[in-house]
Amino acid sequence: MENMDDTSGSSFEDMGELHQRLREEEVHADAAAAEEEDGEFLGMKGFKGQLSRQVADQMWQAGKRQASRAFSLYANIDILRPYFDVEPAQVRSRLLESMIPIKMVNFPQKIAGELYGPLMLVFTLVAILLHGMKTSDTIIREGTLMGTAIGTCFGYWLGVSSFIYFLAYLCNAQITMLQMLALLGYGLFGHCIVLFITYNIHLHALFYLFWLLVGGLSTLRMVAVLVSRTVGPTQRLLLCGTLAALHMLFLLYLHFAYHKVVEGILDTLEGPNIPPMQRVPRDIPAALPAARLPATVLNATAKAVMVTLQSH
Amino acid sequence: MAKAAESSGEPGTTWPRPLFAGLSDISISQDILVEGEFTIPMRSHIREFDSSTLNESVQNTIMRDLKAVGKKFMHVLYPRKSNTLLRDWDLWGPLILCVTLALMLQRSSVDSEKDGGPQFAEVFVIVWFGAVTITLNSKLLGGNISFFQSLCVLGYCILPLTVAMLVCRLVLLAEQGPINFMVRLFVVIVMFAWSIVASTAFLADSQPPNRKALAIYPVFLFYFVISWMILTFTPQ
Repeated sequence: MENMDDTSGSSFEDMGELHQRLREEEVHADAAAAEEEDGEFLGMKGFKGQLSRQVADQMWQAGKRQASRAFSLYANIDILRPYFDVEPAQVRSRLLESMIPIKMVNFPQKIAGELYGPLMLVFTLVAILLHGMKTSDTIIREGTLMGTAIGTCFGYWLGVSSFIYFLAYLCNAQITMLQMLALLGYGLFGHCIVLFITYNIHLHALFYLFWLLVGGLSTLRMVAVLVSRTVGPTQRLLLCGTLAALHMLFLLYLHFAYHKVVEGILDTLEGPNIPPMQRVPRDIPAALPAARLPATVLNATAKAVMVTLQSH
Repeated sequence: MAKAAESSGEPGTTWPRPLFAGLSDISISQDILVEGEFTIPMRSHIREFDSSTLNESVQNTIMRDLKAVGKKFMHVLYPRKSNTLLRDWDLWGPLILCVTLALMLQRSSVDSEKDGGPQFAEVFVIVWFGAVTITLNSKLLGGNISFFQSLCVLGYCILPLTVAMLVCRLVLLAEQGPINFMVRLFVVIVMFAWSIVASTAFLADSQPPNRKALAIYPVFLFYFVISWMILTFTPQ
């Protein structure tokens, strides 16, 4: 159950039909029993009333049947149930494995098709981004902090997965949409680690080191899995190059889009000389002067605390 | 009672009959006088015919609902393993708490330049959609809790964080400084832990035993986001 390769198509529609038919039979049996009791008392006078009632009843049943069939088909939560069938130990081992690139690329590597881990990682990334936006005092002109964070993370996960799946279709790679979602979702684990550390310790050199190391490891893992499932050097290059570029650039974007130079914070506290940052900065902040370097190490909140201590 | 027990099935079955199950089959005819004290265990809240609550005065209805809400608040503040929140769920409490929290978190931002604080709609949407997501997740993991019961529990467990918001608001009236921040941080962390303990006490039993951690983690994230919004709130 854990590695469900969902290549079989929409067989759940047949299940929906089956469920619907079973339920209808029950309802019909109950209705027939009720009608029999009813008809005995009325006689001739009640006949017309009974007829009109039956017609209305049938129309109601038909409408209800259509509505409940549509509902049981599309709003049925059981469709997603197999993808959440995981144990905590499995999630933990998959999280650790997402940082270990595999060496054997000669036969297709197994990808666990589950959605719990990726979904929780996306939500964790949202929480970390919120934390980062608050500490860096990002100001959003239109929209909200929460909306931005959720839009960015879910947009990346769903959008890039779809795009790479489309490319994989072009390059004849053996991967399904569910597997791509799971692969990219687990690849976000590296992003979570890097951002969590570097939002609290604002050292640019540290960030670049982590970007290469941790980001690179998780990208290598995804690339190795894709290479093992693609044939042909050009296709491999196209697919894996695109994924690597998008994944690494996303981490870069997340760090610098929501990272504010400490100088800006100090200036805001001392005087309104610097305009508030826009929601999507077009320029990466310039390198810090050497004198301020120790100040940049700490969290912005601790920084504000120190400044108020100094001013008292 | 002995006859009922014999007729229940083969003597070899180990299926335990519910207590007093045979009482529903008893019919007492008019001419037999039955005396004495009967005690038949029933649920403490019997919803009788609807007309009896329709005809009562508005004040009665409101007081009854408020008392139910207050009772559940007490259960959240002193979390024990009990079924009250699950059995008689209602959504009044979560609504009151959510509206209070959203109103208090709203910045009085006349100046649209510094409009970085959460507005009413944002908090509202976060709380309700967060609760819906957690409920869906726990149902997909195999929990046997109903949708509205889970919403009810998650909503009621925001109570400690609302209390933290009130305390933070009061603390912010004093002069701002590092001590101010430390006090607020401490209060928020304690209330955050209290929320999680309270919701775990109610929700954990409905999950399969080996998957409790998987169901509790999103609850942790949810209350973390709310705590973060409370902690970083500064009135202008």
